[in-house]
Amino acid sequence: MTVVLEARNLVRDYHIPGGLIKKAKTVHALKGVSFTVEQGKTLAIVGESGCGKSTLGRILTLIDPATSGELLIDGNKIDITKGELTSEMRRKVQIVFQNPYGSLNPRQKIGDILTEPLIINTKTPADERRDRAMAMLKKVGLDERHYNRYPHMFSGGQRQRIAIARALMLNPKLLVLDEPVSALDLSVQAQVLNLLADLQDEFQLTYVFISHDLSVVRYIADEVMVMYFGEAVEYGSRDEVFADPKHSYTKTLFAATPRADVASIKARLAKKQAA
Amino acid sequence: MALLEIENLVVEFQTATGPFRAVDGVSMKVHEKEVLAIVGESGSGKSVSMLAAMGLLPWTAKVTADKLTFNGRDLLGMSSAERKKIIGKDISMIFQEPVASLNPCFTVGFQIEEVLRIHLGLDKAGRRKRAIELFEAVGIPDPAERLGHFPHQMSGGQCQRVMIAIAIACNPKLLIADEPTTALDVTIQKQILDLLMRLQAEHGMGLIMITHNMGVVAETADRVVVQYKGRKMEEADVLSLFESPKSNYTRALLAALPDNATGDRLPTISELFVDEPSLQGAAR
Repeated sequence: MTVVLEARNLVRDYHIPGGLIKKAKTVHALKGVSFTVEQGKTLAIVGESGCGKSTLGRILTLIDPATSGELLIDGNKIDITKGELTSEMRRKVQIVFQNPYGSLNPRQKIGDILTEPLIINTKTPADERRDRAMAMLKKVGLDERHYNRYPHMFSGGQRQRIAIARALMLNPKLLVLDEPVSALDLSVQAQVLNLLADLQDEFQLTYVFISHDLSVVRYIADEVMVMYFGEAVEYGSRDEVFADPKHSYTKTLFAATPRADVASIKARLAKKQAA
Repeated sequence: MALLEIENLVVEFQTATGPFRAVDGVSMKVHEKEVLAIVGESGSGKSVSMLAAMGLLPWTAKVTADKLTFNGRDLLGMSSAERKKIIGKDISMIFQEPVASLNPCFTVGFQIEEVLRIHLGLDKAGRRKRAIELFEAVGIPDPAERLGHFPHQMSGGQCQRVMIAIAIACNPKLLIADEPTTALDVTIQKQILDLLMRLQAEHGMGLIMITHNMGVVAETADRVVVQYKGRKMEEADVLSLFESPKSNYTRALLAALPDNATGDRLPTISELFVDEPSLQGAAR
């Protein structure tokens, strides 16, 4: 299997400048994280807010540079601070954000939203752009009729489909999914997760799936990395991590996840009776 | 006697395209010391039915019901002055976004003391003493110091604790929690749910949990009402709901949980549950 993404000891510090009375401060958002992801696999990154998982997502998507450490995508070392990032490199990684209400421009039609990445990064002629956008709409379960509509005419689940379609327009190898289903209803969540699984099979996509919902992670991930205050406290295959969590934080996380099975309801009711 | 009794509640909103029926003939009862969960997706009318019961909807909403009583008193026919004496005192509510539901311009101490002043008429020293007691009860460390803080100085979980402290300030008989943990991390969610369950047991409150998370339902409820498009699909005690759901919609909802996934694909609700035509006609 080919390794699509490799991170070696990624570090990210944010410097908060001081003022007249305040001292300058450095926040260590990411303290040396390493991992590899193979083509067609899904790495899930789990952790609570403030643990650095979105910072990691931004570094992987080449939005922010890492303070130190190495990032290899498709075997090529990438350092965006040196300004040598070609559009070809940019094309390899795309991102889908959490909130589909905020990530689509309300003044752009769906067709323009989908063709914009092609205009910026490629020299595709207009009619071909249109054809590709139409084809992508069908792929994500929408319709050609939707090409000329605006984002407000769609439901949350449909918008997330549009955001996924936009991310796939450049045929990326790697897709960073930053909590893609946490803003969606249960029924819609199932549809979007199914869509992601289908697209992964079809295009051999590699996913980095950032989430705090362990039941979704258990369903979709091949490998799991648990983060806590900027450190990867647990990293292994899904079955390893779920069957035998080693770090105390992972155990706390599992214990805190509400269980919806009959046995645990019975146990809770019995405890309540006794009390 | 039931604490809150709702019979055939209908809520309609006037919109540009005609009336929209958000709640369509919902009936339910909440007994004393009982935890009732209302489950449904967005748009199922679960929040609106509770807001209607508390009279918190805007004037564009038309609320009708065969019966809407709290502790035997009719809530619909009551004047707003009378209702104000009950709301916030005997019935209180916690909302989804803890940071947004507190006023950013005032300290949390001022906001909790406001409730104590209006409903209980305590003097200044009494208010402060009670506020500290309440902060201790909801597990806020260093309560005397914290009273002087503004909402933005506290985390989301701490703000939700403040909201809960305000809600239980007057020892309500009924507490309505509208998605109290949706905006919080799982570890904080666990703490907040444990806190709510402990307070409910200690004070013997009735508790209505509005949620879309089946896990939260399983961990807290005694009885469950499932709503879909403004209609009540099923009402059952929590064990029989999870063990043998009667309505097709509940079955579809449970099957769509990633926990229950068998095989590669998740069953989606549209595959399992076909909206009955009679329902569609009525709900639109």
